[in-house]
Amino acid sequence: MSLDSLYQQLILEHAKARHGSGLDASTGSVAPGSAGELPVPGVGQSHQLNPVCGDEVTVRVEVSDGAIRSLRWEGQGCSISMASASVLHGLAEGAGLGEFDELVAAFRDMLRSRGAVQADPEVLGDAAAFEGVSRYAARVKCAMLAWVAAEDAARQARAED
Amino acid sequence: MALVKTPSTLQHAQPALDDAEVERIRNDFPALAQEVNGHPLVYLDSGATSQKPRSVLESEQEFYEQRNAAVHRGAHELAVRATEAFEDARAAVAAFVGVDPDELVWTSNATEAVNLVAQSLATATVWAERGRGGAETRRLALGPGDEIVVTELEHHANLIPWQELAFRTGATLRWIPVDDAGRLRLEDAASVIGPRTRVVAFAHTSNVLGTVAPVGELVALARRAGALVVLDACQSAPHLALDLRALDVDFAVFSGHKMLAPTGIGALYGRRELLDALPPFLVGGSMITTVTMERAEYLPAPQRFEAGTQRISQAIAFAAAVDYLAHTGMDRIHAREAQLGERLAEGIAGMDGVRLLGPGPGEEWHGKGRIGLAAFDVDGVHAHDVGQYLDSRGVAVRVGHHCAQPLHRRLGLTASTRASAYLYTTTEEVDVFLDALADVRAYFGVA
Repeated sequence: MSLDSLYQQLILEHAKARHGSGLDASTGSVAPGSAGELPVPGVGQSHQLNPVCGDEVTVRVEVSDGAIRSLRWEGQGCSISMASASVLHGLAEGAGLGEFDELVAAFRDMLRSRGAVQADPEVLGDAAAFEGVSRYAARVKCAMLAWVAAEDAARQARAED
Repeated sequence: MALVKTPSTLQHAQPALDDAEVERIRNDFPALAQEVNGHPLVYLDSGATSQKPRSVLESEQEFYEQRNAAVHRGAHELAVRATEAFEDARAAVAAFVGVDPDELVWTSNATEAVNLVAQSLATATVWAERGRGGAETRRLALGPGDEIVVTELEHHANLIPWQELAFRTGATLRWIPVDDAGRLRLEDAASVIGPRTRVVAFAHTSNVLGTVAPVGELVALARRAGALVVLDACQSAPHLALDLRALDVDFAVFSGHKMLAPTGIGALYGRRELLDALPPFLVGGSMITTVTMERAEYLPAPQRFEAGTQRISQAIAFAAAVDYLAHTGMDRIHAREAQLGERLAEGIAGMDGVRLLGPGPGEEWHGKGRIGLAAFDVDGVHAHDVGQYLDSRGVAVRVGHHCAQPLHRRLGLTASTRASAYLYTTTEEVDVFLDALADVRAYFGVA
């Protein structure tokens, strides 16, 4: 298996660009890591850690009128985990909640398939570039890290919306 | 504190294994002769677990084919053969580390061995509170005001059990810090280890830095304080000649799988009088003398700590493993790995954008050189990506925090990559690894 099928150019570019990275005051009223504070309506935040490699990401999602208004993140980790957070930012912002759920489900199905499920670019967009990751079992968690955080953050945001 | 520096010529009186001998050794290890990802396997992850020679694999199979029975019970011939082989194995592994057979307890691995000591000390505390056990056992009890000392570079297996012991007994956990480079601050050890210290637990060899601890100095401080010494010999027992009696430690732990034996077997050494004073860790069959419905009396060590049916085939294979190592010569293995460690350190330190952790090339810490491992950080490339790239070139390394998060945090890292050699590692393999490492930053577009 070629290493380039894992590290597609798009992934390496996203890993550097880190679109949507940075949780500052302008993107919401919850400070990073303030899990203990009172929930803010329409805002959810989740911190996820991969204990194997120490990669971590915090994702904050703002939901209104049944859609993801904003998805910002902050984290550190390998190129796969950082690129997948960057790609997620581009895909999720502006997506309806139903569309977002479908996106996360399709991404997870592809990654867990050990190469059996082909990426559907119609649904996954740039996230289709992670197709090769599904053949590297040890890296699936890296790719899922931000998405699991986003799923959790969106669930909180919906509950408070 | 004055450190006596031993000239390196005296450290290794015997010559290092040479390339031709290593080639012969490799023929004994079936797993090494394979390709991964289209390249010959370069296995540089022996610090995590070693590969196994045919003699070890065969000893386990031979046991199951010829002698399989439960030990220390049953009056039949196979039970006799199994018990003899099991106890012969104990004697072999005990001799390998310079102690008596009845001072060596079988455990699943080193982690379980540390837990055995820590949890049995917690139990001693409960026994003392409830008036159970003799004066020797009561002396082992811990409480508020007592201190347990570790170092900042410990593997989690030699840290968390002590955190839990402190929590259970009300004792305080303290640690000897390391400096910015990761070197133990011996000048602080004298103030950390004091009259309140009851236990001093530390790694003989760092699994991240490849350094050898100043055992003599730390033991002297512990003795002055009247504290017990627990040595984590996980990364030393496989790689250098170990004489636990000469090191004057009270307990020591090591794992078989890092030293050519199968997984599932490790050992605890304990000074005889301490093992006999320590309450049992796991209780049940095979470790008692008399049992009533109300209570039980326990056997002396080592059986006191070996409840339930034992890891018989693994123990026998462990003996085959130390036999292989002893036959090859631990001093020769140590000298060979020191050369490989130096080659790794030189190659890594000389690379742009790569930070070698631990002693620099040719450097000695606490009067000792690096063993055959080197961990490093590649600027701009996460350890996971480094490992993945190396794997694509057939090179197996370890990535992550190597179960030493506090040390990594102290070094300003969350993860690193580690290459670790063993007696079967060739000079060419180190060079293949270094060549591949030199290409990593370009592949990820940071050089």
